[in-house]
Amino acid sequence: MNRAGLAALWSFWRRNPLQLFTLVAGLALATALWSGVQALNAEARASYDAAASVMGEGRYDQIVPRAGDTIAQDTYLALRRAGWQVGPVLEDSLTAGETRLRIVGLDPLTAPAGLGPVSQAGDTPLQTVLAEGVLFAHPGVAEALRDATSQRIVADAALPPDTAITDIGIAQRVLDRPGEISRLIVAERQPMGRPALDRIAPDLVLQPSRQSADIAQLTDSFHLNLTAFGLLSFAVGIFIVHGAIGLAFEQRRGMVRTLRTLGMPLRRLVLLMGLELLILSLVAGGIGVVLGYLLAASLLPDVAATLEGLYGAQISGALSLEPVWWLSGLAIAILGTALAATGALWRIARMPVLASGKARAWAVASTRARGLQAAAVALLLTASLALVTVGPALGDGLIAGFAGLACLLLGAALALPLLLDAMLALAQHRARGVLWQWFWADTRQQLPGLRLALMALLLAMAANVGVSTMVSSFRLTFIGFLDQRLTAELYVGVDTAERAAALQDFAAPRARTILPLLSVDTRLADQPTELYGARVGPSYADNWSFIADDAGTNGRVWDRVEQGRAVIINEQLARGADLWPGDDLAITPDVTLPIAGVAGDYGNPKGQAVIGEALFRDLFPDIRATRFGLRTDDPGDLRDALIEDFGLDPGQITDQAALKRFSLDVFERTFTVTGALNILTLAVAGFAILMSLLTLAGMRVPQLAPAWALGVTRRALGRLELLRAVILAALTLLVALPLGLALAWMLLAIINVEAFGWRLPMYLFPLDYARLGAFALLAALLAALWPARRLARTPAAHLLKVFANAN
Amino acid sequence: MLLEITNLAKSFAGPEGPIEVLRGIDLSLGAGRTLALTGESGSGKSTLLHLVGGLDRADGGRIVIDGSEITGLDDAGRAALRRNTVSIVFQQFNLIPSLDVGANIAFQARLAGNHDPERAHALANALGLTDQLAKYPEDLSGGQQQRVAIARTLAAKPRLVLADEPTGNLDEATAAAVLDQMLALVSETGAALMMATHSPNLADRLDARVHLSLGRLA
Amino acid sequence: MRIDPILACLMLAAPLTAPVHAQGFAGMGAEAEGFATPKPDPDFDFPADHGPHPDYRIEWWYLTANLDAPDGTEYGLQWTLFRSALAPGEAEGWQSPQVWFAHAAITTPDRHLSTERFARGGIGQAGVTPDPFRAWIDDWHMQGYTLGDLSLTATAPDFSYDMALQAQGPLVFHGQNGFSVKSPQGQASYYYSQPFYEISGTLDLPEGPVEVTGSAWLDREWSSQPLSDDQTGWDWFSLTFQTGEKLMGFQLREDDGDPFTAGTWIMPDGQTKTLDDGALQATPLEVTAVAGREVPTRWHLQLPARDLDITVAALNRDAWMATSVPYWEGPVHVSGSHAGRGYLEMTGYE
Repeated sequence: MNRAGLAALWSFWRRNPLQLFTLVAGLALATALWSGVQALNAEARASYDAAASVMGEGRYDQIVPRAGDTIAQDTYLALRRAGWQVGPVLEDSLTAGETRLRIVGLDPLTAPAGLGPVSQAGDTPLQTVLAEGVLFAHPGVAEALRDATSQRIVADAALPPDTAITDIGIAQRVLDRPGEISRLIVAERQPMGRPALDRIAPDLVLQPSRQSADIAQLTDSFHLNLTAFGLLSFAVGIFIVHGAIGLAFEQRRGMVRTLRTLGMPLRRLVLLMGLELLILSLVAGGIGVVLGYLLAASLLPDVAATLEGLYGAQISGALSLEPVWWLSGLAIAILGTALAATGALWRIARMPVLASGKARAWAVASTRARGLQAAAVALLLTASLALVTVGPALGDGLIAGFAGLACLLLGAALALPLLLDAMLALAQHRARGVLWQWFWADTRQQLPGLRLALMALLLAMAANVGVSTMVSSFRLTFIGFLDQRLTAELYVGVDTAERAAALQDFAAPRARTILPLLSVDTRLADQPTELYGARVGPSYADNWSFIADDAGTNGRVWDRVEQGRAVIINEQLARGADLWPGDDLAITPDVTLPIAGVAGDYGNPKGQAVIGEALFRDLFPDIRATRFGLRTDDPGDLRDALIEDFGLDPGQITDQAALKRFSLDVFERTFTVTGALNILTLAVAGFAILMSLLTLAGMRVPQLAPAWALGVTRRALGRLELLRAVILAALTLLVALPLGLALAWMLLAIINVEAFGWRLPMYLFPLDYARLGAFALLAALLAALWPARRLARTPAAHLLKVFANAN
Repeated sequence: MLLEITNLAKSFAGPEGPIEVLRGIDLSLGAGRTLALTGESGSGKSTLLHLVGGLDRADGGRIVIDGSEITGLDDAGRAALRRNTVSIVFQQFNLIPSLDVGANIAFQARLAGNHDPERAHALANALGLTDQLAKYPEDLSGGQQQRVAIARTLAAKPRLVLADEPTGNLDEATAAAVLDQMLALVSETGAALMMATHSPNLADRLDARVHLSLGRLA
Repeated sequence: MRIDPILACLMLAAPLTAPVHAQGFAGMGAEAEGFATPKPDPDFDFPADHGPHPDYRIEWWYLTANLDAPDGTEYGLQWTLFRSALAPGEAEGWQSPQVWFAHAAITTPDRHLSTERFARGGIGQAGVTPDPFRAWIDDWHMQGYTLGDLSLTATAPDFSYDMALQAQGPLVFHGQNGFSVKSPQGQASYYYSQPFYEISGTLDLPEGPVEVTGSAWLDREWSSQPLSDDQTGWDWFSLTFQTGEKLMGFQLREDDGDPFTAGTWIMPDGQTKTLDDGALQATPLEVTAVAGREVPTRWHLQLPARDLDITVAALNRDAWMATSVPYWEGPVHVSGSHAGRGYLEMTGYE
């Protein structure tokens, strides 16, 4: 019975290959976008884990210098002798030939188990690691390292990219930092009765694991972003699947009735239909997972560039996926199918044997259903508003923001059929000619069938408007920011303090101004912060603009900074610590300054603070500037002089234009992925419309035949069909535009603040929207072209069949 | 003569070669006259009506309606014919589902540009549809739907009404009532009527009757 | 004789290479490349020889104690510092080939607490100086002006102790004047003890401090290849009888064939009598499932030459050292022809 039942059910798909294709393709696309994004996230996370397993970040507390990046080895020993179970880490970058890599040195004996060489060594005995000295290097840098050192090199793909790890003794030698340690990893279990940290090492601070520079946390927002897009694409795909399944099940009501009349139990039938869907979803899921892999592989280089540019997080450029990823892709396909099919299966299960076998097609929604839908819309939009306004106060603002976004999008999607129906009713009411009246009425009647595809289009277009507005607003702000900050014509870096002094002497007569870039990593107001000492001059005063300052009441900001009486902080630090002009900020335990200004900062998510150069040198006498900005009217000449007369490598000099180019390049790559996903989502929505129209075309012959019989030509009918698709797309666009702008506002004013710590001004880009609109209309036109042509060429006999006598 | 058919032939492609459905039909019908077309299922009644109604093309022969030959018309010409001159009442699927009854009745007349609200109203009244004007076709019974189709046909004031088993889907009592109304209204408007039926009783009520058998008139 | 360090050497490799015991504990059976090897008839130089011998592969300062609290509860205590050389000799800083690690434990009749520490040589995190005597790793130490007068501390997440020790007798030399043979093939170590300590101090336990007194036994041993290839593990006893006599005895179990046994009978005044292979017989009476293994926790010991026929039973059968490479080490009671108590150590039970 099962075989016969399945064969009968399957015969439907054989007769309707288009619907089968829609179902499989929709599901495969949904799965592909979803699992592709998951693959990107998984790969990035695996890379963070590799980094974390070397660094112990995130898992273990760390002890770091209060300022600077060096702990004396004697301090480490003092802590050990006091009972503190800590492991030393020395970390620095090294240039080997053309390659710049990171050397991480650990003590395998005191590092917590599973960290560093202890886990990386594999088959290499500790004896070799300690006695001979081995560097374990990522394969990408192993060769370069081999040329640079006589130590034994073992390539290990499990390491983070551009990284080599080794015993701390070897690291101190290779990096030429004898007796120095960067930080200490604190073991989870500590002995009882040990003295407090500040009694042993007052210059060190304990950094709890959750607050450490955990790259996974920093990049969470980016991954949440990707995930949100993946989910949106998946939703769009599931809309298609839902439509295809719903239609197929409606059309098979007759078959179901017949099978039941012939003695097949209902329960068995529903099970068989479930089984059929399971098989279909496995096939489609399989295709989708493969597509997702290809998608992820093609996007990964951009994602890698983004993460490195934005967060300094390094991920490897090659996908290596676990079996669980493949399985989860299939699972999401099955889950999506189940989600899309539950309603249809439920209706079949509830259908009495003698119910009409005729497809109800797309009955116009009842008033009651409309009421419910309107209530759902109101609820969702209210929830969105609530999440956006009070959500951040309640907990995780980023999650609340995204949830608010989701509610807004879902609410708008549900509202779309109601809005379209209202607009079409108005048009019908206003229509003069009978043909137009019929056209509007018929368009309204088609709404239920096209509803899901149009919702998909709405979401895709709104996302497009929203994201492109955000990215373009960001770009404008960012370019302005670069112009403000990159004031020096040349930027020069040297290796040692001696060279730095020589450079200043050399450049003094040749450059208009020398701006030393003095900075130290520290913690201010409990936030990891880069503290800068600025040589205040017109470069700063003329170019920096503030989001907020107290110049009005207290006088010129930069004057006070120069005199060591005030500090300027960036927006990230201001928002993170809730500090604004007028508030006091402790720079060191002894020095507290009022905040004079808050500057926008769109380069990185870290906090920054700027004090005067003199004060900086007082507070941190050990920090010497090795990078300088040089202001000059003739950058070309100065550059040549620096290379030929002073002996700098060309690589040590960066000109302003190159720096801007590089920054903008990082910026553009940051949003390549978003853009690509955006286009893909839009394409999926276009596909949804095409498939809906094609499917409907077959069912619409009975609706169109009477009009044809009454004297409307097939060509005219075809033209009207085309027009209908374009009008529906245009009306949807009309809804999508404000929705997209609302989305952009939420992205700029809420998501960005939560994710990156900056709020961006919103600009409008009418030309972009017009282009998107044209694109969407074109997509709808193209999608409608084929069905319309098919209609215009429907043989008369086909239309006549509609009227054929039943007897 | 309103309608003159000469040596009309039509065949359809079948699994074992062409099937000749009409094999040289000669027929004429005067203005205001009514003609019953009888015959077995598959005898070619519907095909003949479709050809006359400009819904399909003939393979051979001529059809002249009101002095114009329609056999050579293109798609647009035949659509115009259907709008202006001929009107067809089918057995089923007659109505436009997205329009209400009132709009359905007015539809063809408005397409043809000769909509007369009073006439439409009078027809609706005569067919007992006054209370149904705001309803949609799916809310109507079969008999009511056919009455709407008849009202629509007659509202357009065609010279020639074609009816293909117009009451075939209705029960006997309803069928008789609907037919009575149709015949009365057709004669009132002075249109000619050609109706396919296989009921001898119905055929008897028309002015004349021809019998189709295997594609020929008997 | 303490053979843990052999394990401990392997323990260093253990985090790297997972299960290593493919050839029993034979890692040390290999030729001692470049390392010095013990020679018969040693001529010790004290206090210098209380300090480290970096040319030998392994060395330890190993102290166990049987303790009593005022309420009558018995405790066992362990403090061990191991030195393991990756290569012979010493160097400054991280380049030193010397690696140090240490174990500490407290055992009660119903509980066994243990912990461990690791350190690199050369940087001052751990080491031993002979004069004044000072052995330390992190915040743990065993130190005093001489070896006869020591303070001893160790800390762990769940316990710590602070003890004072006074030697009440002379050093005791095992084997031939401190040259202790470990197999018929001739593997040997330098081995002497101070078994005559009186000890007192405070144990800090999760439930609070406990004042204790008792007796302690310190072992000093160093060598470079103490095991032969076919030896799979050992059972080691250090017992003090109510008569004032003491017994150090061990057997090295063989893959097949009789175990190699050796020992020292110690008179109350410190006079010794070396026990040759076969003189001492040790037979398990009862095994206990500990950490997934079957470990003998009651033994029958016979030494006919001394009319000794005793049962040795663990105070706490779960005295399992859950250190990087685990073993059993805990206090025991002695009954039978002689009564007393002491310590038992067992390794190589898989």
